[in-house]
Amino acid sequence: MRELLTIEQLSVAFGETRAVRSIDLQVRKGEAVGIIGESGSGKSVTWLGALGLLPPSVAISGRVLLDDQELLGAPAERLWQIRGKRVAMIVQDAQSAPNPVLTVGRQIIEVLQLHRGMGERAARAEAKRLFDLVRIPDAEQRLKFYPHELSGGQNQRVMIAMALAGRPDLLIADEPTTALDVTVQAQILDLLRDVQRETAMALVLISHDLGVIAEVCSRAYVMYAGRIVESGPVGDLFATPCHPYTRSLLEALPSLDGPLQRMNAVSEGTPGAGLSRHGCAFAPRCADRADLCGRVEPELTADLLGRRVACVRADHARPLEVVA
Amino acid sequence: MKGALLLAEGLAKAYPLRGGLFARRSQILAVNGVSVSLNKGETLGLVGESGCGKSTLGRLLLGLEKPDAGCVTFDNEVMPSSKAAAWRRLRARMQLVYQDPLGALDARLSVAEQVGEPLVIHGIGGPAKRKARVLALLALVGLSEQHGARLPHELSGGQRQRVVLARALATSPDLLVCDEPISALDVSIQAQVINLFMDIQQKFGVAMIFISHDLRAIRQISQRIAVMYLGRIVEEGITDDILHAPLHPYTRALVSAVPEVRKPRARRTILAGDPPNPADRPDGCEFHPRCPVAMSTCSNLKPLLLGSGSRGRKVACHLAAANASQPLGAH
Repeated sequence: MRELLTIEQLSVAFGETRAVRSIDLQVRKGEAVGIIGESGSGKSVTWLGALGLLPPSVAISGRVLLDDQELLGAPAERLWQIRGKRVAMIVQDAQSAPNPVLTVGRQIIEVLQLHRGMGERAARAEAKRLFDLVRIPDAEQRLKFYPHELSGGQNQRVMIAMALAGRPDLLIADEPTTALDVTVQAQILDLLRDVQRETAMALVLISHDLGVIAEVCSRAYVMYAGRIVESGPVGDLFATPCHPYTRSLLEALPSLDGPLQRMNAVSEGTPGAGLSRHGCAFAPRCADRADLCGRVEPELTADLLGRRVACVRADHARPLEVVA
Repeated sequence: MKGALLLAEGLAKAYPLRGGLFARRSQILAVNGVSVSLNKGETLGLVGESGCGKSTLGRLLLGLEKPDAGCVTFDNEVMPSSKAAAWRRLRARMQLVYQDPLGALDARLSVAEQVGEPLVIHGIGGPAKRKARVLALLALVGLSEQHGARLPHELSGGQRQRVVLARALATSPDLLVCDEPISALDVSIQAQVINLFMDIQQKFGVAMIFISHDLRAIRQISQRIAVMYLGRIVEEGITDDILHAPLHPYTRALVSAVPEVRKPRARRTILAGDPPNPADRPDGCEFHPRCPVAMSTCSNLKPLLLGSGSRGRKVACHLAAANASQPLGAH
């Protein structure tokens, strides 16, 4: 499979704070990739930076290639063309994202006119098709609704329909279900998965919920304090996590089955991006820490099976026992 | 029931719906005929989607809202009205823990002052005793004296939730109502706070109503679960009985909607439609418009919450009642 998007050595700094540090990441055509991390890990900033959505005062370096086209430093005009058409993004708060004073139909028609040069009538017909695609019932009527007249789940569907309007090659979904009820979350995840398969679109799903990632993605990256600490195929990653942070995230997740036990929680301490100048950023919270960890920042090393891990003790790390 | 700390029967609460000047006056039935009993030291998990009335029920149980119908008994005495002095005295024995710890804390008071506030309000101990008690409470939730000197915004989200919990425990309450206490926290921090709740249960035997939409968290903490839908309890029982063999189709959908990492994806019951609007209540069983197994009876006859089996299981579903002892998950 060909790489659709390649990020090389991407760094993002807000003044002294290095929010993202030398990230390498690839998204192949038609692939669903997960980005896992807690708040402050840099998982959203990576994408805002890559797509030129951060203010000019923010220092960004590295390379972001869409096919063979460099996005970093590309003229604003060019980025406008790419965003919304080749690459689309949906955000967590679907209730406030659409323009409240325009009907949802008007907003999606505008996208179609802008990015696909459609006339009013063709755009209206296409808008209805998109609403059907994201399974909004009674699509014809719903086009006339204002965002406040729709529920949170419906608004998230509208946002997905709008993102799909430009027929993107890549959809970036930043915590698309976090604000929704579990039953609606299940609907939206199913929808994203179906749309991604039907349209052969690549999907980047950003989430702190490992369950959500496991259900949708085939490959995932785990971020901590602005760095990628582990990556690999989702099945392997969750069955045998190599990095202590990935392991602790899995152990921190209660299950509906199995014996009830006290959870193995990571010690307190938000991952302050760029906090530690020396050594592994996770070391202060790590149960497996060695002397070396406080001094040397571990390299992200690859193995033959497509797994990458940044931990000096990765060889000693015991794999999590898989609960059948 | 003997030994019951909290007993609520037939609770109902409606809020007027404000429409336009000429709009027909209507109301939202947030809670509609709910009965709950909670033993000393027991934790009941309350689950449901947004708008199902679980938070309103929590407030009714504490006497923060006056029910339109039904009554609440706390330790064999009828709950006094929220303005009465008797209620204020009772408040020392029952506390509320909110979802948003930053909103629940005063931004200008130090953490230690806020943890000690309930002691001052209820006139417990002198200054020296209070100071010692505050330190003990902070230590209990894993915070140091240094943390006590800080302001809320100087703490992380998980630490703030610990402060809220320490304050709620200050008066050694018999009952804690926790309204989505972990929803706003990161996964790794959630695990710590859940552990803390488990410790507190074991150490003090405090009874809890744990309101959450997260079944995974509820399972860790609750002995029993009540599932709410549109202001009514549709299923109730021992936690693992419910999670492993849900009888009500709604409970089944909730359980199957939980994303799981550890086991291969089973077939899920995906509910059609959105969480219902309490202002637009369907006839018959409230759940029938979204129910995958609805029968003709369901659209015109409201099912009652009836006992099922011997382990205190109750379910409000015509089909479950018809299948009696045979779990719905079987087919």
